[in-house]
Amino acid sequence: MISIYITSFIVGGLICVIGQLLMDVAKLTPAHTLCSLVVAGSVLDGIGWYEPLIDFAGAGATIPITSFGNSLTHGALAEAEKHGLIGVVTGMFEVTSSGISAAIVFGLIGALLFTSKGNV
Amino acid sequence: MEQEKYAHLEKELSPKPPILKNVIKAFLVGGLICLIGQFIALFYITFFDFTERTASNPTVATMIFLSMLLTGFGLYKKIAQFGGAGAAVPITGFGNAVVSSAIEHKSEGYVLGVGGNMFKLAGSVILFGVFSAFVVALIKTILVKFGVVSW
Repeated sequence: MISIYITSFIVGGLICVIGQLLMDVAKLTPAHTLCSLVVAGSVLDGIGWYEPLIDFAGAGATIPITSFGNSLTHGALAEAEKHGLIGVVTGMFEVTSSGISAAIVFGLIGALLFTSKGNV
Repeated sequence: MEQEKYAHLEKELSPKPPILKNVIKAFLVGGLICLIGQFIALFYITFFDFTERTASNPTVATMIFLSMLLTGFGLYKKIAQFGGAGAAVPITGFGNAVVSSAIEHKSEGYVLGVGGNMFKLAGSVILFGVFSAFVVALIKTILVKFGVVSW
């Protein structure tokens, strides 16, 4: 049980290291880095490698932004399995809805609660 | 030739990012954020009716909530300055991008300012995430149809 905490720390840290290397060595902007990681996550799910990583590392694999690409692909594939090609579009946000809706809701609440003092 | 010389000179003179130091910081901060996420997932598994697999949804929402608070009090910027990609890559960085642009553009009004700018950075992540997921899922569905791979 304790091992999942160690693996989540290490795997999550390593994914962030990949991001840092993309920024420092490959000289990508943060936005390009995040987009590359999301695309990588969705491709990894397509070939079936991301789910084993979640089993292995728990939040270490679900918290980094790669899991966003993973869950988009995962929802699309799950629905495509049931309804064929049309499921690719209809199932897209099935799994990842919590992240997007939380970001929208808390974004608005944040704007209501806080005022910019040049430090956000 | 002159241009080449200039590019060479610029490369020599511009400060090199301390890569090893940045990588270690990113590893520690990113790992720590994921560890916190693991504890939140444990909370949802223990006290609510979630399994290891389904706990990631409420965990992500909670992490974005925490990132809203940290962003609002100006703390996330400090974490990001220290951690670099370690703060940007976890989902809290996505939340920070949304919340900070929402707060920053509040003065332009809620519709044009907050609504129009909220997804300024996060929008590109969503766009490329959705499009790549579409392509990947399409390819896989077609391959399954032809019997090349299985689900």
